[in-house]
Amino acid sequence: MFFLAMVWRNAWRHKLRSALTLVGLVVALLAFGLLLTVVDAWYQGVNASSDKRLVTRHSVSLVFPLPLNYLGKIRAIEGVRATTYENWFGGIYKEPKNFFPQFAVDARTFLQIYPEFRLSDAERDAFLRDRKGAIVGRKTAENYGLKVGDNITLKGTIFPGDWDFVLRGIYTGGRESTDESQFFFHWQYLDEVVRQRQGARRASLVGLYVSEVEDADDIARIAAAIDAQFANSPAETRSETEKAFQLGFVSMSEALVAAIRAVSYLVILIILAVMANTMAMTARERRAEYATLRALGFAPPFLATLIFAESLLLALLGGLLALGLTYPVAALFGQAVSKFIPHFVVSPQTSLLQLAAALAVGLLAALIPAWRAARVNIVAGLRAVA
Amino acid sequence: MSAPAVRLVDVHKAYRRGAQRVPVLAGLSFDIAEGEFLALMGPSGSGKSTLLNLIAGLDRADSGAVIVAGENLGKLPERLLADWRASHVGFIFQFYNLMPVLTAFENVQLPLLLTDLPRRERRAHVEHALALVGLADRMTHFPNELSGGQQQRVAIARALITDPPLIVADEPTGDLDRDSATEVLGMLQRLNRELGKTIIMVTHDQRAADHAHTIMRLEKGVLWSRDQNAAAVPGRAG
Ligand SMILES: Nc1ncnc2c1ncn2[C@@H]1O[C@H](COP(=O)(O)OP(=O)(O)OP(=O)(O)O)[C@@H](O)[C@H]1O
Ligand SMILES: [Mg+2]
Repeated sequence: MFFLAMVWRNAWRHKLRSALTLVGLVVALLAFGLLLTVVDAWYQGVNASSDKRLVTRHSVSLVFPLPLNYLGKIRAIEGVRATTYENWFGGIYKEPKNFFPQFAVDARTFLQIYPEFRLSDAERDAFLRDRKGAIVGRKTAENYGLKVGDNITLKGTIFPGDWDFVLRGIYTGGRESTDESQFFFHWQYLDEVVRQRQGARRASLVGLYVSEVEDADDIARIAAAIDAQFANSPAETRSETEKAFQLGFVSMSEALVAAIRAVSYLVILIILAVMANTMAMTARERRAEYATLRALGFAPPFLATLIFAESLLLALLGGLLALGLTYPVAALFGQAVSKFIPHFVVSPQTSLLQLAAALAVGLLAALIPAWRAARVNIVAGLRAVA
Repeated sequence: MSAPAVRLVDVHKAYRRGAQRVPVLAGLSFDIAEGEFLALMGPSGSGKSTLLNLIAGLDRADSGAVIVAGENLGKLPERLLADWRASHVGFIFQFYNLMPVLTAFENVQLPLLLTDLPRRERRAHVEHALALVGLADRMTHFPNELSGGQQQRVAIARALITDPPLIVADEPTGDLDRDSATEVLGMLQRLNRELGKTIIMVTHDQRAADHAHTIMRLEKGVLWSRDQNAAAVPGRAG
């Protein structure tokens, strides 16, 4: 009790210095937590993927479509349980800044292969019945105040013109990681209008096929079989697991993610340097006190403990403050970027890492000052006063 | 009379300054009797503090023996030397050396934390010691809320809290005004007279030295003179 009181009072001897160090700690740990959450969110799409789903796309690039008549051939391959197809739509809702992903899908097979997009039976039936029907994720519905029955118009960018839809359902995510920001409508509606507006040459094309396989262990063989089927055709394919496909997206920015991660740890290193400097300064100023304590008979480990305790106290205080602040700040940040980063949630691991980083900073910052204090030469230390 | 409180036998001590050896104490031998109040005087740099530090077990001699309360300090390992200091020596410094974050009470209690005395008894001891130095009403004051003289009295209370036989004071009045100095010196006299503490006090001030029984003069690391102080009331030591 007495010891703790001494440590506490020591910690606040230079109120401004300690307060500034604390602010630095909180800001650094907060930044650390947020950056890790950004990285987490990045990989969320990957984690949300199923290991039984196979994505088939044009071998050259995602921007080239595949003919619709591949569907039957893919479905015919042994081990494929079901196949659906979709097109990226890329429309604008009222203003360009209102971004949310939109896909034209073959609704019936899509909902079968993606059970994590959850709809009530009534909504599901209404969506399937309405050619112009659409469904949207809970998050986007909340962002734009969309209700079932609303008429929604999207301005096409890839597919020119205005596109009218009727909202038939609002889906929720079956898993924590399910993206609740997307908008789905009928591929058949897209195709029909494209055929009218742009002619048959632009119709009957799909962006991707997604197949569900019977056995996840068999997925590599099936992917190879699909690609072999279309080898030497005008539109060769590339099939990969959904995870690999998502990772492909992610890896485009892999360097960026690595940079973010590096920066997050760099921030910790910087605050460690600041904290170590504070503790070194503190210990140097108290050299005479340490010498006095040694003269009175206190052993070197006691002095080291005093310094470690003070450093850990500051670090822990900073860590807890940062931890408490990370949730509201992440929530605000998540709201601001929800259109681009759908799943911006602080994971328990991130909180743990923050706390661990705080404690590591506290321990490491005290290491050299504590070692020096423990070895203080009593006579020299006492002379330091005079 | 019993064995001397302090015995030095041919004590040498030098400091190293770079490659150079600076001899400070050159073959000192003398005894200090138990219950003596000794003032150590001499010009600046003559080695008074160095000598005091050796006797108090803060530093080690290069050669020779320093025997205090029957213990040959040169033979004690560091760890035991610290324990020995805690139980045998009370320290008084020129600049008081109180912990600024601790109250007068807590400062005085500090050495007791190294003992296994229960809390209640610690409290009683500390209150008694603070009453002895006339600071019973200043227990919850922090050092910066006390005058220099009061701080030195807190330091005196701290020095005697473990009831050590020896008290060493390096210029205890060096930073005090005349009245406070007289007060502190009177207190040291009482510790010597009433509690039988052996006191070794380094001072530059002849008037301070006049409170002691014996005045020892050091010059360039050798004992220059040792006089009985006629002005002082004779103590128990002969
Ligand atoms: N740590 C040290 N390193 C080198 N030289 C030292 C050291 N400590 C003391 N000295 C030297 O030893 C000599 C004696 O020092 P000491 O402090 O014992 O003198 P003193 O008699 O107490 O002087 P003062 O009256 O000024 O306090 C001085 O010349 C001093 O410079
Ligand atoms: Mg001196």
